[in-house]
Amino acid sequence: MTTDVARLSGKLPPPEKDSFFARLRRRQWFPYLMTVPALLVVLAVVVFPMAYALFVSFTPFHLLRPDTTSAFVPAEMFDNYARLARDDVFWRALRNTVIFMLVTVNASLLIGFGMALMMARMTRMVGPARTLLMIPMMFAPVLIGFQFAWFFNATVGLVNNALTTLGLISQPIPFLIDEPTGMMSLMLASIWMTVPVVSIILLAGRLSLPDELYDAASVDGASLWQKLRHITVPQMRPFFVIVLLLLSLDIARAYDIVRIMTDGGPAHRTELIWTYAGQLAIRNSQFGLASAMSMTAVVLGVAFTFYLFRQMMNVRRDLG
Amino acid sequence: MTSRLRNTTRRRVHWRDVGANWLALTVLTLAALPAIWIILTAFRPNLEVNASPPIWIPQSITLEAFDSLFGLNPEIAAGVPVGNYLFNSVTVALLATALSVPIGTAAGYAFSRFSFVGSRTILLVLLLTRAVPGIALSLPLFLLMRSVGLVDTIHGLAFVYMALNIPFTAWLMDGFFRRIPKELDDAAFVDGASHWQTFWKIDLPLALPGLGAAAVFAFLAAWNEYQIASIMTKTPAAKTFPVGLFDFTGQFTVDWRGMAAMSVLMMIPAILFVLLMSRSLTKGLTFGAVKG
Repeated sequence: MTTDVARLSGKLPPPEKDSFFARLRRRQWFPYLMTVPALLVVLAVVVFPMAYALFVSFTPFHLLRPDTTSAFVPAEMFDNYARLARDDVFWRALRNTVIFMLVTVNASLLIGFGMALMMARMTRMVGPARTLLMIPMMFAPVLIGFQFAWFFNATVGLVNNALTTLGLISQPIPFLIDEPTGMMSLMLASIWMTVPVVSIILLAGRLSLPDELYDAASVDGASLWQKLRHITVPQMRPFFVIVLLLLSLDIARAYDIVRIMTDGGPAHRTELIWTYAGQLAIRNSQFGLASAMSMTAVVLGVAFTFYLFRQMMNVRRDLG
Repeated sequence: MTSRLRNTTRRRVHWRDVGANWLALTVLTLAALPAIWIILTAFRPNLEVNASPPIWIPQSITLEAFDSLFGLNPEIAAGVPVGNYLFNSVTVALLATALSVPIGTAAGYAFSRFSFVGSRTILLVLLLTRAVPGIALSLPLFLLMRSVGLVDTIHGLAFVYMALNIPFTAWLMDGFFRRIPKELDDAAFVDGASHWQTFWKIDLPLALPGLGAAAVFAFLAAWNEYQIASIMTKTPAAKTFPVGLFDFTGQFTVDWRGMAAMSVLMMIPAILFVLLMSRSLTKGLTFGAVKG
């Protein structure tokens, strides 16, 4: 401490050897001290509970029957998973979830990219445009769910009202009940939620590209499509990775939307693995089975994120 | 010849730009229309909202919906304890932000400045926790929190949100710290500053805008969170806005206008933050892509 103060005041040049070890020691411990609180809290609130959930998924734990917690029988540990494998609703939910993820991620990416390219060309009213773009970001996912639940409602819904007023339909369409309009409505709501973030990041990426690249391409007679294909897309690769990472991390937020719009119904038509897990736990108190279900969802999400994380690290390394 | 060519080129570009302006504004307005409709609904009389055939153009503006939300007018009180939800939401979000930002910032600084053994693993663990769906996490959390008596309490919920916010804060701050030239650190080191002094006196003040953005993200994440709150809270003592929103849905009827009014209340912090912080927010999100 005293040597630190002395060194700070610049009066006392530190003895070379001492300072080397002191620096080494500090360099060793400092980053760990800075990360340990974060790591401990996250281990306590996320990793440990998930490990516990993994254990519960091997037991027939039922919330209303406390004696079932300790009923861990090695021979029956995969019972929950076996039950899920035989459960048609589970496969349906899994299929719906994969379709939901693929469609919403790709559509958000495409639409967001289109918006970004369009906004990058804007010369006036850029401020108001940005504000308009960010409006959906002000809505919590539950609110987005509520909003679209109302719009697609069969009796008081705006979409049906508008179509009736315009004379396009005589009978209201039960969007959230029919198939496949139910899933489509959910996807639309989810895309509406994610497009702004995608657009903002990709817009920043597009604006960071130097004009010289495009000028040079124009001189060489490149078409708009060629510029897009050979300059914009490859140059913006790191931004796409960041967007994908953000989207994959937040994909389960769609639960909020689905919960308020259809809650997986009717008759499991719009069931996703997240809503099904919630139902098994909340309505049926089958925590063992629900935990097995959650594990599938976690594996799905973690695998996707892990893949994208490695992509991001590679891009960072490429850029130096 | 050349001058004419340049002229036509310029004019064509000009018209294309005007087209882009209008096309973009039109698309954006259409996309924002649902949101604008919700906000409008909160300020319309109930008769108009539920009219059949629908009344598209608002005839009158009223604050009735908010009166009934807060029980100011007993005759039309909604019977939803909005005051409690407001208090819970604000407290939980503020507590979670105040705790997660310092912890996450410290971690982010370590990732940005040091390549220590295990740093990539720790960052990966932190990021992967974000991939755990809230609903999946809420089940074991409920069981564990129940055993320590933290279910249906504000501080229990705030503790969980704090932990969930840390990885994103660390990632965001890592990006912000990387933008500060390393030469500043070297200069401080030559002058004999410790790592802590370099962090506290030099890098942290320079990253203050990033800190603001991180705080906004943390606050909004806690403010909007539904999945965990829906399992961990049961009574007005701890329920937050997103959970309370479901009070408006009965078995057969839904109070659409009440929900719209509550939506407007819930949006206030987001509106303030998005308008104030949009610029630094974008920078923080995209920096990792520009320079590693």
